[in-house]
Amino acid sequence: MGRARAFLVAAAVLLVGRRRKRRLRPGEREPIVAVPAPKSPDAELVAIGLLFAAAACGIAFVVIYVLDRLPAQTQLLGLALGLAFVFLTAALTVTAKWLVPNEELEDDYPEHEHPEEQERIAQVVEESGLTRRKLFALALGAAGGSIGLALLTPVASLGPALHLARFYLTPWRRGTRLVNEQGEPYRADEIEEGSFYTAFAEGADKEGLASSIVVVRLPRNELELPPENAGFDARGILAFSKICTHAGCAIALYRKPMFAPTDPQPALICPCHYSTFEPATGGKVIFGPAGRKLPMLPLTIDAQGFLRAKGNFDSPVGPSWWGVRMKKPTS
Amino acid sequence: MVGRPDEEADVVIRAIVRFLDQRTGTAPFLRKTLRYLFPDHWSFLLGEVALYAFVVLVGTGIYLTLFYEDSTAKVVYHGPYQPLQGQEMTHAYRSVLDLSTTVKAGLLIRQTHHWAANVFMAAIVLHLLRVFFTGAYRKPRELTYWIGLTMLVTSLLEGYLGYSLADDLLSGMGLAIGYAVAMSIPFVGANLAALIWGGPFPGSHDFFPRMYIVHVFLIPALLATLLAVHLALVALKHHTQFRQSRRESERKLVGVPTFPAQTPRSLGLFAAVVAVLFLLGGLVQINPIWLWGPYHTYSATNGAQPDWYLGWLIGALRIVPGFDVVIGNYTLVPNPFWGGALLPLVFFGFLYLWPWLERRFLGERGYHNLLDRPRDAPLRTAIGYAVATEVFLVFLAGSADRVDVLFGLPYIPQIWAYRVLVIVGPFIAALLAYRVCVELQRGERVERERSRAELAARSRA
Repeated sequence: MGRARAFLVAAAVLLVGRRRKRRLRPGEREPIVAVPAPKSPDAELVAIGLLFAAAACGIAFVVIYVLDRLPAQTQLLGLALGLAFVFLTAALTVTAKWLVPNEELEDDYPEHEHPEEQERIAQVVEESGLTRRKLFALALGAAGGSIGLALLTPVASLGPALHLARFYLTPWRRGTRLVNEQGEPYRADEIEEGSFYTAFAEGADKEGLASSIVVVRLPRNELELPPENAGFDARGILAFSKICTHAGCAIALYRKPMFAPTDPQPALICPCHYSTFEPATGGKVIFGPAGRKLPMLPLTIDAQGFLRAKGNFDSPVGPSWWGVRMKKPTS
Repeated sequence: MVGRPDEEADVVIRAIVRFLDQRTGTAPFLRKTLRYLFPDHWSFLLGEVALYAFVVLVGTGIYLTLFYEDSTAKVVYHGPYQPLQGQEMTHAYRSVLDLSTTVKAGLLIRQTHHWAANVFMAAIVLHLLRVFFTGAYRKPRELTYWIGLTMLVTSLLEGYLGYSLADDLLSGMGLAIGYAVAMSIPFVGANLAALIWGGPFPGSHDFFPRMYIVHVFLIPALLATLLAVHLALVALKHHTQFRQSRRESERKLVGVPTFPAQTPRSLGLFAAVVAVLFLLGGLVQINPIWLWGPYHTYSATNGAQPDWYLGWLIGALRIVPGFDVVIGNYTLVPNPFWGGALLPLVFFGFLYLWPWLERRFLGERGYHNLLDRPRDAPLRTAIGYAVATEVFLVFLAGSADRVDVLFGLPYIPQIWAYRVLVIVGPFIAALLAYRVCVELQRGERVERERSRAELAARSRA
């Protein structure tokens, strides 16, 4: 292949060289383009046909756009425009292959460097005398640096970078009722085993990360709550922050074995990176990348049978940061 | 055609050229540009594909800005799309929904934009592979390479911001993950997140307008600038070339001139890229946000996957075992840092430092216009192959949940397998690549010797 190509190139060069030697007639110019443009009326016809096809597709696009109530209008529009460019591509390919002279030329790469010019630049800077004024350079640096810093300072106004109290803040306090997405309070007897409920702090903004919780009910004899979560359940009903402590997605999966005695224990799972938390042990991580337990909310049942918080979460809500283990959540 | 030019066209062209030259003095430059040489190899077109996808992105993107609203204020949907009737959503989501359901050609342009982003990233990554494995980044082209890398990093962010703007359920989850990664940066994470989001997630009402201006103005302007410098540097030092015949050398460049030969080729490629993107945009659905629904911090969908170019990050976030590095009560390294921040940092750190590493440790000092084939530099190929394998394995790990759903292969054992593979895999890949390179070299040597012997035998005969 390479050899055949080399041969062709050599032949082309020879041909060109021979043409050059021919004496020019008066009024004739030395050609710049090394090979003559091919004469191929067929290819030209094909290219013209393809260009008209492209034009027709362009018009079709406009027509489809104007016609209302076409089924699958998006698809037809895409097809028309796409085909217009397909025909254009084909026309240009024919042009490139058979209509323009395909010269392969040689050229010198640019020089690696210009040592004399480099030297001259250095000399000019030297002769300006500026490089010798040490203190001046220092002062210039100081001015530049401080002005740069000054100009960057307003960036700090973008957000409360130094006031992180809000990261510990939750809308939950002793007595806050659990409500559903429509704002109706949950009764304890609505919560069934094997299901998974999303609840919010009554009156709070539902979008706040600390507002939403998941509520599940487990048989009380299956609970193995650690001492620090003792009494967090209300007759087997447990509540956890709905926001995964790993990357802040919502816990949306509840794995509950349907037939005893299947192996995996009930677990709350985040669908983003599959952090898996065990409700029976107070939200311990049993698989996946989460680095700390799911925050648990202590529950109680009031005299009317409604679910209420018995206090705040046992740990801050949402993805971890450097201070997440330093303070308890605040109301 | 030659020698018998159309008289009228001739006159017009002369007039235009004279006009330009008299007012700008650029005729010498223009003439040089017309005869600038492009070496001919298919792999040199990858960067061009990226360039044309960028043009499509700018064009379709401008159209989208004319319909998009950057507000996260809530609105209740009453529109033609029945399944979302009466749902609470942000103005941002509502505007993208309307663009997709009620604006004529709106969905076509939106999907073309999204496809263009995916093709753009793919072309850049393939271009980077070509540049790396052929040693095109070597002196005198390190600046071109570093600028290209910077464009890649910037484009990753640009793509992420782009699909986050739709504020559908998937993109909201993506933003939450981005927030968690920002929070996880040691010492300053929460401060940085508070600065960017204006407080804890989902942040203040300023966040979306800021994200919007970054996506549609700051980053595109930066990309366009870098692109201009990148192309200018390519032109100043001329293109690299493979040694395809005896004519190519370190001093002599062989190629076809911009005009006439290269012009229809490049325009043809441009038209081809546009054709593919519009066909994809019209015929292949991408990111149907009306199916995902609006985002709420308390909702999530199963089987969430980002656009492909962020797949490696979700894979990395998933395979890290669950631990935070804690000293006393101080959380030094929250978990998302490893996969979401450290991995890309190390990966891009490697790519940025590579020309220096190669110079420092492999004694690569020359001035190169001729490209290596991967086999010509077995060590570079082996190292590059190891790094690429690592990223690819992590990328694959990100699809473990889909594999579970589609083929019933349980998720947890898969993740354990990947945890082992990402440690062992790169070494195996490196050894394998090195062996293959050496064998290929040897094969060529044998071939050369045999043909020389045959030639000698024939000339004796």
